[in-house]
Amino acid sequence: MDNIRNFCIIAHIDHGKSTLADRLLDLTHTLTERESQNQVLDSMELEREKGITIKSHAIQMEYVYEGTNYLLNLIDTPGHVDFSYEVSRAIASCEGALLIVDATQGIQAQTISNLYLALNHDLEIIPVVNKIDMDAAMVEDVKDQIVDLIGCKRDTILSVSAKTGEGVPAILDEIIKRVKPPQGDSEAPLQALIFDSVFNQFRGIIAYFKIFNGTIKKGDKVKFFNTGQEYEADEVGILRLKLVPRGSLNAGNVGYIISGIKESKEVKVGDTITHIERPCDKAIDGFADVKPMVFAGLYPVDADEYEDLRASLDKLRLNDASLTYEPESSLALGFGFRCGFLGLLHMEIVQERLYREFDIDVITTVPNVSYKVHTTKGEIIEVHNPSGLPAPTVIDHIEEPVINAQVITKSEYLGGVMKLCIDKRGILKNQVFLTSDRVELTFRLPLSDIVFDFYDKLKSISRGYASFDYHLDGFQTATLVKLDILLNGEMVDALSSLIHRDYAYDFGRKMCEKLRELIPRQQFDIAIQAAIGAKIIARETVKALRKDVTAKCYGGDITRKRKLLEKQKKGKKRMRQIGTVEVPQEAFLAVLKMD
Amino acid sequence: MAGIYIHVPFCKKKCLYCDFYSIGTSSKISQYPILIEKELSLRKNFIANQRIDTIYFGGGTPSQLEPLQIDYMLKSISKEFYISHDTEITIEVNPDDISEELLQGYRLAGVNRISIGIQSFIDDELLFLGRRHNAQAAEQSVILALNNGFKNISIDLIYGLPNSSIDSWRYSLEKAFSLNIKHLSCYHLTYEEGTVFGRRLKNKKIEEIDESISIQQFDLLRELSIKTGFTQYEISNLAKENYHSRHNTSYWQGISYLGLGPAAHSYNGDKREWNSSSYNDWAQGIESEKPALEYEILDEQTKFNELLLTHLRTIWGLNLLSLKKDFNKTLVNQMLKSAEPYLKTGKLSIVDDCLRIPSKYLFTSDGIIGELIQIDD
Repeated sequence: MDNIRNFCIIAHIDHGKSTLADRLLDLTHTLTERESQNQVLDSMELEREKGITIKSHAIQMEYVYEGTNYLLNLIDTPGHVDFSYEVSRAIASCEGALLIVDATQGIQAQTISNLYLALNHDLEIIPVVNKIDMDAAMVEDVKDQIVDLIGCKRDTILSVSAKTGEGVPAILDEIIKRVKPPQGDSEAPLQALIFDSVFNQFRGIIAYFKIFNGTIKKGDKVKFFNTGQEYEADEVGILRLKLVPRGSLNAGNVGYIISGIKESKEVKVGDTITHIERPCDKAIDGFADVKPMVFAGLYPVDADEYEDLRASLDKLRLNDASLTYEPESSLALGFGFRCGFLGLLHMEIVQERLYREFDIDVITTVPNVSYKVHTTKGEIIEVHNPSGLPAPTVIDHIEEPVINAQVITKSEYLGGVMKLCIDKRGILKNQVFLTSDRVELTFRLPLSDIVFDFYDKLKSISRGYASFDYHLDGFQTATLVKLDILLNGEMVDALSSLIHRDYAYDFGRKMCEKLRELIPRQQFDIAIQAAIGAKIIARETVKALRKDVTAKCYGGDITRKRKLLEKQKKGKKRMRQIGTVEVPQEAFLAVLKMD
Repeated sequence: MAGIYIHVPFCKKKCLYCDFYSIGTSSKISQYPILIEKELSLRKNFIANQRIDTIYFGGGTPSQLEPLQIDYMLKSISKEFYISHDTEITIEVNPDDISEELLQGYRLAGVNRISIGIQSFIDDELLFLGRRHNAQAAEQSVILALNNGFKNISIDLIYGLPNSSIDSWRYSLEKAFSLNIKHLSCYHLTYEEGTVFGRRLKNKKIEEIDESISIQQFDLLRELSIKTGFTQYEISNLAKENYHSRHNTSYWQGISYLGLGPAAHSYNGDKREWNSSSYNDWAQGIESEKPALEYEILDEQTKFNELLLTHLRTIWGLNLLSLKKDFNKTLVNQMLKSAEPYLKTGKLSIVDDCLRIPSKYLFTSDGIIGELIQIDD
């Protein structure tokens, strides 16, 4: 156990985590030349493209230091705010963390919030300034920031370029010198923390774990503490680029278990594995049942693809246990699913994966957070859907989820960022100058206010500099209304939204304006109205088409003209019919991206 | 009965709005009639054994050709097909090219209808369009054509220009009707991709005219034509009785035509062909006896859609009895079902088994026809 080091990498998006991980794999000869491809750890195509890690990964490296063989387990963490719980479980499995900071960018919010998580778990932090080869690198300034932030000695900060490889070998040495070996007793009852799971179409669910105490062997009868499910360990082993089976794994090590589990929801990240005989007394701290907080309707663009959509969601859930869905129907959009996501990025990822991996195009309705409606009878109803809101007469009050948000920005944008957060009903909790020109703000904000356009606005106000991270922080009472959109008097259920009363007028007006741009002129006038209950709060009109003619139709080129009309008709067939009005698919999507 | 179209792709100067295929004037002009003769002999079977009812020289700028060259091509046609004194033979001319010799020469070659590209009787508008002539030359060219024995004269006008008004349009129209012309083509300006105007619109260098002015200009056209005894027999075409363009009408009535020259289109009821839009590819294809063209075989649904989109542009409309005879029930019934809402609002009418778009709704005909055509799911 003294020769094991478990560590993770904490870094903001684009600060070079994946490139550095690749370097470490190279240096330890973990990959053969043939296996080596850029950014090995980001295995999903989407991850490579977005430059973020969606799923956790783990890989074991061997390294000889001063004549002794060491096993280094790198546990990669998801790189986005929506997955902070998964990050916390990965961190709980490590004894050390590399804190990577981009020399051209400095410390960002996400780095800080993950750093706090790591410090809470008593991880040894090894600060690394990356991208020192870049012209815009401000190595000394960034070192100042790091010293200020964690109070370390300046000469303990490593300077590297993951791109050129400069300084990277020293990282491995420092990990061995500075990170403590894992503690634990291999003879004690088994206690292993699940920090991730993946789906393999031949093997079922593969759970990744770190053993805190005890030993796990092939063939062991095990149970998962929180779900209470029991299994036989068909195979256990360590994680290289491929799975490497082993007869047994001892305390302190990181590995995988295959036990014929078919459904991802049986394997909950944060759960504890123990033996059925001689179980451990208690589970490892920190388990939480992660619930989706953002909900939206997903409808196939082509109504015939409903069953395909269901099958695809089933498959997606195999390696994404946090995705939930149940059938829902809409007058405007037909049959679809109400899906629950961890956050907006999670929603985008699901949408993208449906398109790329399953070739299904979906329409997403306006997302909303999960509300708790207290009825006059004293019941609590969870509402995920505008149509699920009980009649006003039976509502006593409604609660909405709130978050604790951290924003780090250059001080010149402080005013703008403050205004944005306050406009979004935020309450400033703390304000710390990290350096003379960088400030960290802590806000308490309603989650519904960041679901929509918060992130884009934050980026634009701060010219892309501000970074943002959040954690859920309870519920608070909310004044909520249901806002409906009507086209020529017909309500479009797919465009209804639950919204704070203060925003309803502005939002309704903007919805109407946006729809006026997106609904093509037709042979009659179209009235677009926003309403709360029976009260109309905004109105726009799409004027009837009065000139729609091809002036010239000769030279004999009838083909071009015919193809144009046929193409238009095809486009119309893809439109949704609301009463007599034809609404293009884009209208349903674009309302999600309003200024 | 069939028509022959000869595309003459030579222009001294390209007009800023025009998207018909053209190249500059060049040494290629002298060889052109010979290539056309050769193409005719290669492709004559496309309309085999049909009487030629119309011949049309369009452009480009056909008036860049010498009368003797026109004569040569007409003789080539008459060697392969029967042409009578009743055959409508039209040439498009540019007012700037017109001279007595030219007109006399064309007339002697057999041309009996002349279509003059006037576009406007207002100098500013002509300048804006990038035309070579001015308003005075425009008027002069019509008078010259009349004085040189042409009875069947058509002129082209363009409305809906960004710098035009109701009054400027009225001026051009009244000037046109005051001359002794038999036919008038009036096009609303369109901004085509690949033209200077198309680019200027995209770059916001020019702005489209307000829709309500377009509509008033269209209504004015209808109003004045009625007063002066012209019939609007197609969205953009008006004529005195018996003087409609028989050639252009064949496009809207499903009559066969053979198109010669680069970018020319052909049709024979079952097939459409279009020649390469590259002079060199076209010419090489002819020289090597392998015409450079693409084609499309028309299936029933395509024929049906084409019938709708051509016939409904005209005053004659679409005869439902023959439609039911020629096409399967499902197509016709689906189309009639799509027509119902428009019949209710009067945007379509059925009189004597004929489906028509009333003239006051012709300005929204694309949307109406677009609803009636049938496509596969």
